[in-house]
Amino acid sequence: MDSSAAEKKPLISVENVSFNDGYGPVLLDITLPIHEGDFLSIIGPIGSGKTTHLNIILGLLKPTRGRVRIMGKDLEEFADWPKIGYIPQKATHFDPLFPASAKEVVAMALGPSRLLSRGTRRREESAIRHALQVVGMEEFKNRRIGRLSGGQQQRIFIARAIVNGPRILFLDEPTTGVDAETQGYFYDLLDRLNTQEGITIVLVTHDIGIVDKHISQVACLNQRLVYHGSHGEFCRSETFKDILAGGHLVSHRH
Amino acid sequence: MDAFFTYGFLQRALLAGIFIAVACAVLGVFLLLRKDAMIGHGLSHITFAGVALGLFLHMMPLAVALAFSVLASLGIMKLKESAGLYGDTAIAIVSSLGMALGIILATLSQNFGVALLNYLFGEILAIEPVEVWLSMALATVVVVLVVGNYRKFMSLTFDRESARVSGIRVRRLDTLITILASVTIVLGMKVVGILLVSALIVIPAAAGLQLASNFKAAIVLSCGVGLVSVIAGLALAFVLDLPASGMIVLVGFSIFGLFFLLRKGKI
Ligand SMILES: Nc1ncnc2c1ncn2[C@@H]1O[C@H](COP(=O)(O)OP(=O)(O)OP(=O)(O)O)[C@@H](O)[C@H]1O
Ligand SMILES: [Mg+2]
Repeated sequence: MDSSAAEKKPLISVENVSFNDGYGPVLLDITLPIHEGDFLSIIGPIGSGKTTHLNIILGLLKPTRGRVRIMGKDLEEFADWPKIGYIPQKATHFDPLFPASAKEVVAMALGPSRLLSRGTRRREESAIRHALQVVGMEEFKNRRIGRLSGGQQQRIFIARAIVNGPRILFLDEPTTGVDAETQGYFYDLLDRLNTQEGITIVLVTHDIGIVDKHISQVACLNQRLVYHGSHGEFCRSETFKDILAGGHLVSHRH
Repeated sequence: MDAFFTYGFLQRALLAGIFIAVACAVLGVFLLLRKDAMIGHGLSHITFAGVALGLFLHMMPLAVALAFSVLASLGIMKLKESAGLYGDTAIAIVSSLGMALGIILATLSQNFGVALLNYLFGEILAIEPVEVWLSMALATVVVVLVVGNYRKFMSLTFDRESARVSGIRVRRLDTLITILASVTIVLGMKVVGILLVSALIVIPAAAGLQLASNFKAAIVLSCGVGLVSVIAGLALAFVLDLPASGMIVLVGFSIFGLFFLLRKGKI
């Protein structure tokens, strides 16, 4: 574990979490603190429980055992969801004919639209503009979301995830199916959000090729937490060598 | 035009029709995008049983139909979730139950055949003043609730998981939209009848979706199509002495066709 960060209170702490989907264990006894400013990459093979792990942190699934604390609060009591940004793995699987403009998709993360005062509306407009600027999509704001390319859609989803000025951003395999150039742009963008806007980032991927220079922490999941440490240590670790050698990092369930 | 002002029934029909058309059109956009277009069809069949029971018990058919429709819509929701049925399967089950009950009730008491026919085929020109007020009030409630929760509904419809994570109570909104749909369908039944009510929900929204490049436009266009259908439909029905329900749906369908051709660039 990272000893320098251990003194600080974690932004999110996953404590002894297990999850059973009714057919068998999916996650076993995961304990994973996430600290303010971390750029954590959760890696693991297909079906290793990465998405399940995120869903538990986000309150979409209830853990069978253990607990999750967000910003010092138990998950059930936590209510400050605008401080959490999330891009689901299936984000781009939406109805392609859905009649929402890019701008409207970004606005979805903002609070209820009921009887907005002029001041609120102006604040919302500028938050949306800022989010679109950060991802470089301002000129597409009026384009229908289904008429953007996959990479452009992902950028819009990032804009939606950051429009409230979150403290932490969860991304579940955001670069599946986008080309290498767009991927490069993505990691630079995430790096910028992490270092310049101070957003803690949790990035799930099963592609360790992208475990790159921006990442500060690596958690390797395969039902259990197989490895957790700094990126530098990870590259020298046995786990990493095993993965490169195509060793035992294969799903327990297949 | 003079005729319009001298005939109170025409004014009442128009007034109620306009309010109900807007409610149907606004809600229709959400129902279509939720792939719930058939719910209008299904619930209208259950309202048939409600109307039959109301006539049978000499109670206000609209009120009984309303209760039936709300209960049935919640039943459909439960069936979908707990019984693991596909949405359209649940709708088919509940709507056939409604039709079955309606037929039995209709046979049990033979003397309301005409009244029941009016409900089947629409009787907007025969709408009672009290029903006009009730329709206007309910339609206003539907529109206010949908427009007030517009962004939440949009977000939920687009991406349920993200909506949940952004703190939206998705279950509560599902229930709300289901109840609103059931109320709207009963209102729509007043305008075009049980057999055509789903047209009032589906056609304006489908037409709007042909041309809309954003959500607001979809809602506005859908409302516009609904309004023009009811107004022009009623006028044509009056002038040509043809059934209002049929004319309203025909006008709506023509606009849909027009929008479709516009989108395809054929016009
Ligand atoms: N909806 C579900 N219901 C029941 N079991 C599920 C469900 N989703 C996933 N699982 C099970 O949980 C396990 C972990 O799935 P999860 O989606 O968390 O894996 P993952 O690491 O995200 O995989 P991938 O890299 O393919 O996204 C899988 O083995 C699967 O069998
Ligand atoms: Mg996954």
